[in-house]
Amino acid sequence: MFNKILVLLAVFGLLVLASNARSDEFTKEDLKKWHEAFMEVVKEGERLFHSPLGRNKVSCDMCHPNAANTHPETYPKFQKQLGKVVELRDMINWCIQNPLEGDPLPLDDPRMIALEAYIKWERRGVPLAPGKH
Amino acid sequence: MKKLTRRSFLKKAAIGGLAAAAPLKMVEVVYGQGAQEKFTFAVISDAHLTHIKGTKFVRNFDEGLERAVTEVSFMDPPPDFVVFGGDLAQLGKKEELEHGLEKLSKLSLPIKFVIGEHDFYLDMGEYWQKHIAPLNYSFDHKGVHFVVLNSILTYDSWINQFKDPMERMLGMARLDNPHGSPFIVGEEGRRWLKKDLAKLSPDTPIIVLTHSPLYKIFKPWNFWTDDAEKVQAILARFKKVTVMHGHVHQIIYNQIGNISFYAFMSTAWPWPYPPTYTQKPNNFPKITVMMNRADPFHERDGTGWSWAEVAAGRVTHHYELWENTPRTVYYDEKLGHPVDKDYQDPSKRIPPQIHY
Repeated sequence: MFNKILVLLAVFGLLVLASNARSDEFTKEDLKKWHEAFMEVVKEGERLFHSPLGRNKVSCDMCHPNAANTHPETYPKFQKQLGKVVELRDMINWCIQNPLEGDPLPLDDPRMIALEAYIKWERRGVPLAPGKH
Repeated sequence: MKKLTRRSFLKKAAIGGLAAAAPLKMVEVVYGQGAQEKFTFAVISDAHLTHIKGTKFVRNFDEGLERAVTEVSFMDPPPDFVVFGGDLAQLGKKEELEHGLEKLSKLSLPIKFVIGEHDFYLDMGEYWQKHIAPLNYSFDHKGVHFVVLNSILTYDSWINQFKDPMERMLGMARLDNPHGSPFIVGEEGRRWLKKDLAKLSPDTPIIVLTHSPLYKIFKPWNFWTDDAEKVQAILARFKKVTVMHGHVHQIIYNQIGNISFYAFMSTAWPWPYPPTYTQKPNNFPKITVMMNRADPFHERDGTGWSWAEVAAGRVTHHYELWENTPRTVYYDEKLGHPVDKDYQDPSKRIPPQIHY
């Protein structure tokens, strides 16, 4: 009898979810859609990374092909040249201001998020190592 | 700088009546196969001068080339000639090539020019051949046969897809272009090389100067020449072969069969080492001790120039690294490959040489 009640509850639960999805339920289609939305931002980041973002025609990829040598997995870390613990975006802005001779991006600028998305996508699979020099 | 101190000493020694001391080094004859005279040549490479507009160029890259030209000019005793290893321009523009020629004109030494892909793909080498140098040529110097070989051609199918020359140039200039195309010497170049070497005896030391490495390191960044094995086969019958190349902007050395390979530094910026890009496999030479990781806050770190000492047909390559300790890589007769003078032994390596 108890088992039957459990089964009924489970079936009822599934019906409710099927008709009215809960927040912790998602489909393969959802995953695909969200990944596509992410990859669109990665693509925009790749475009920005290969464009002059400052005033001198220099672009990020000239020193960092495939965003190599950017080490996103090591941030935040003590950046010895700045004398404090900083995030990857602080170094992105340093590069825009110095080698690229441009103006820093606001930290929540969609372009900053796109640059970070591209840099991290090119570094996917590498274990996190915050603080590593 | 230790080096300049030593050179200043030589200069003072020469002025002070010890004139024989300095020239002696230059005329010392090495007895052995072919009895080649010792000599040096300097190398400046990958300047990537970038035109912004009007009279404006990227300051950082201008300063790199200017510094190399100044330091080579102060070499005492002077080298016999200077090799320019390619990529004088960033986008092959006349403005950039002429800007570079003007800067190099401050050298009072003969310059042997090698073309790079950044000099070539806007006008397919037209300006270069008309005003700077042929694409393939050779010369003999103190018993060594030098070959300048154009290694930055590619397949017609890739070239022909572009209608706009600047689009073609930009496509080749992007190092990490997923739709790029590998470098080749090509059939015509290989035929020319074979003919050029035909009359030489296997004892003649050969130094080949190219822009791309004449072997395969990392295809995604074109640290790669697609017909490298065919070129290596043409060089196989010679006892002493050295290939020196630009393009990679970093210390790399290798030995494949009878051929020793040495890369040039760039005066503009350093590239990352291929193993640091973790998404694609690479064939990075195991014998190379990498240079120190560059500090971007020191603009000239990771860049520089080099000079080669040639004795008995073998090269000792001295890397002059700005804002960093100089490095010397020489051919070790016993081991049969190039080694770093100070760091080859793994127990001697230092933390900045670890790249990840």
